Amino acid sequence: MLLAPIIWVLTAVIMYCFAAKIWWFPPPINQHGLAYDEQFMRTLVITGIIFFFAQYALGWVIFRYRDDGRRASSSHGSNKWETIWTTATAILFVGLVLTGTKIWVAVHLAEPDPNAVPIELMAKQFAFSFRYPGPDGKFGATDLAQVNDAAGNPFGLVDSDPAGKDDVVSASLKVPVGKPIKLIMHSRDVIHNFFVRELRLKQDIVPGMEIPLYFQADTPGTYEIPCSELCGLGHFQMRSTMEVMAEADFEKWKQDQAANK
Amino acid sequence: MSESLAHAHHAPEGFIRKWVFSLDHKVIGIQYYFLALFSVLIGMSLSVLMRFHMVHPDAKVSLFATLWPTAAQGGIMTPELYLSLMTMHGTIMVFFVLTTAPQGGFGNYFLPIQIGAEDMAFPVLNMLSFWTTLVALVVMVSAFFVQGGAPLSGWTGYPPLSGIGALAGPGEGLGQTLWIVSIAIFCGASLMGAINFIATLIDLRCQGMSLMRLPLTCWTWFVTAILGLLGFAVLLAAGVLLILDRSAGTSFFIPGGLLVSDQILSHKGGSPLLWQHLFWFFGHPEVYIAILPGMGVTSQILATFARKAVFGYRAMVYAILSIGFLGFLVWGHHMFMSGMSPYSAMAFSVLTMAIGVPSAIKTFNWIGTLWGGKIHYTTAMMFALGFVSLFITGGLSGIFLGQPALDLYFHDTYFVVGHFHMIMGVAAIFGMFAGTFYWFPKMFGRMMNETLGKIHFYITFVGVYAIFTPMHYLGIAGNPRRYSDFTNFDFLGKLLPVHNFMTQAAYGTAAIQILFFINLFWSMKYGKKAPMNPWNATTLEWTIPSPPPFDNFAGHHPVVNHGPYEYSVPGAPRDFIMQTDPVEVHADS
Repeated sequence: MLLAPIIWVLTAVIMYCFAAKIWWFPPPINQHGLAYDEQFMRTLVITGIIFFFAQYALGWVIFRYRDDGRRASSSHGSNKWETIWTTATAILFVGLVLTGTKIWVAVHLAEPDPNAVPIELMAKQFAFSFRYPGPDGKFGATDLAQVNDAAGNPFGLVDSDPAGKDDVVSASLKVPVGKPIKLIMHSRDVIHNFFVRELRLKQDIVPGMEIPLYFQADTPGTYEIPCSELCGLGHFQMRSTMEVMAEADFEKWKQDQAANK
Repeated sequence: MSESLAHAHHAPEGFIRKWVFSLDHKVIGIQYYFLALFSVLIGMSLSVLMRFHMVHPDAKVSLFATLWPTAAQGGIMTPELYLSLMTMHGTIMVFFVLTTAPQGGFGNYFLPIQIGAEDMAFPVLNMLSFWTTLVALVVMVSAFFVQGGAPLSGWTGYPPLSGIGALAGPGEGLGQTLWIVSIAIFCGASLMGAINFIATLIDLRCQGMSLMRLPLTCWTWFVTAILGLLGFAVLLAAGVLLILDRSAGTSFFIPGGLLVSDQILSHKGGSPLLWQHLFWFFGHPEVYIAILPGMGVTSQILATFARKAVFGYRAMVYAILSIGFLGFLVWGHHMFMSGMSPYSAMAFSVLTMAIGVPSAIKTFNWIGTLWGGKIHYTTAMMFALGFVSLFITGGLSGIFLGQPALDLYFHDTYFVVGHFHMIMGVAAIFGMFAGTFYWFPKMFGRMMNETLGKIHFYITFVGVYAIFTPMHYLGIAGNPRRYSDFTNFDFLGKLLPVHNFMTQAAYGTAAIQILFFINLFWSMKYGKKAPMNPWNATTLEWTIPSPPPFDNFAGHHPVVNHGPYEYSVPGAPRDFIMQTDPVEVHADS
């Protein structure tokens, strides 16, 4: 009996915390993020309504149908109701997933922009490294045997390849604002994950696979990158940042880096 | 009658045959139950330690130094120790609690009785499956005590982390090997159990026990056994391949070109995603292995204490079967971010939403069962009602995670942790509590204390909401899971008060479980004597003494004349018709 008000109060508190957005997403920094938030809100409203009515109904039957000397009804069910709620939930659930499909398609299946700025990511226990091709637009060849983290060569750039002479390697990600980016992701040991909350994007980085991720960031700023796939004891401190900067600043940063090599 | 009495089997003499290497499904059921109870104590203690570490990562506790002289040198828990606790918490809870208690425990004890059989189809196999499970548990726990400690790759054990040995981190040496060996042994035990359950249900139903007269508990144990048979077989194969990768130099899951701790590995050509496919082909059905029996118990208990037939019995059976079938077609939703083809993600997401439909049908039918009822608020009923509430909450967060588009953010955040703890963790555990309070009188011949039971229920119910709801907010804020502390990121620092709250809630909820243990053991010895049918329930276990004799029906062969949930039938002399009541009782309905 006491259970009914407890369920109602819990339901109200839970819904309040969602509605008040006390702990929430950071603001999105691109179109994809806006579409993402819209799909999230659509899902939240629909599940919120179901949550409210289901928990409220549960509380209500607990309260209303306590043993007060009546005889229980002898119903064994109703095919009509079974049909109604089966159809309704099927349409609602499948409909909801279909409305989100275009977001998924835009991230993973859309025709990639051939002019996207290529950046390579190399993940290892427990650091991210990023590589930019120099003015020649080409990544230099790499060799696992040449890898030397201490000497600033996490990718294993090969000295003999001239294309690699102007490559820029950095421990943090810098991207030009408003430009399509192609992030080419590699791992050299275990599975890691690239996640930027403000981009609303996440992708596992799998050893043995080359996984490209296309995105664009429209708001300058610095954003944290937490590794989001368990990679070992240092997982919790595997951190980098993504700095979104004006295109001129980005080019200048690359030149400075190349000059300092 | 005299002929059937001649078939009565005599109880074995002697402590060893009776209580240790017993062939009696009831004793084996109780053995499984206590194995799960022991495991849940370990699993829960680990979770309390984890919650402590997350909010006090630098605290010095001398007890830690005593327990883990290397991994907690000076009493400060290392990040790798945290990951070991997490791995073992997940593994012990999933395999040795959620898989064993509802199926091996209650299923073993009550499936034969509810279908009118005197034992399982293969009693020796049944005994072997229990003892094999115990060996698996011993091997698993021993991982804590070997060089390097327990593994740190999580209960999902993704390679390469789990496949390349101690190079990948402490615990990845012998500890990880023991973990895989234990899982493989456990798979063997589960396969033996699954075969036994399936054969028993198909072959040993008594006269009149048609499929559509089976209690829903039997349906769920049956479908769970089928899931176990198909799922554990695949996990066993995957485990063997992983052991070979670790010890025989094969490369099923390890790709070429790896450089770990400054060493170039010689593996070539393996696929980390292959493990994920095999693991989740088992892993997703495993979720239903954990929750289906809870659904069955809940249906049984709601009907008993609402004094009403289960609303839509047939729909419930079809829902159980569809969940069982679709359960094998949705494993890819664990892999939306894995690098798997984006096209298959779309297929898996539609199938995932489809499995939400039978789950929703069950919820509607539970509320329909209560509607118009005459509800008795026993502790068993409270836990069953709590199960429904938690199932709704945990189910709805799945609607977010089943969409690959939304998973682009939520994958591997606390939103996921909150979701699966709600639905396969605490909802399933509420099913076990409900089953315990409901069947205890039959198993031990005494009643449990209702006052202690209700205090335990209310605090646990509010407690689990307090622990697991905030995880959803943390997920929305982007908090990754499997982090041993939150001090390295600006955005995580701001979430510490939420973690603190959850830790406090976990302490309180864990502490109140002592009340359950007191109630359980006290009632076993001092509880009020239980009559044959304390709840005025209808199924076959309530037609025999509490506790039942060795061969259940004392040599009689029960004949079933009624469906399992004939409550409040108009014209009947009582508000329930037992399955074995004569046909005439039903005459004017």
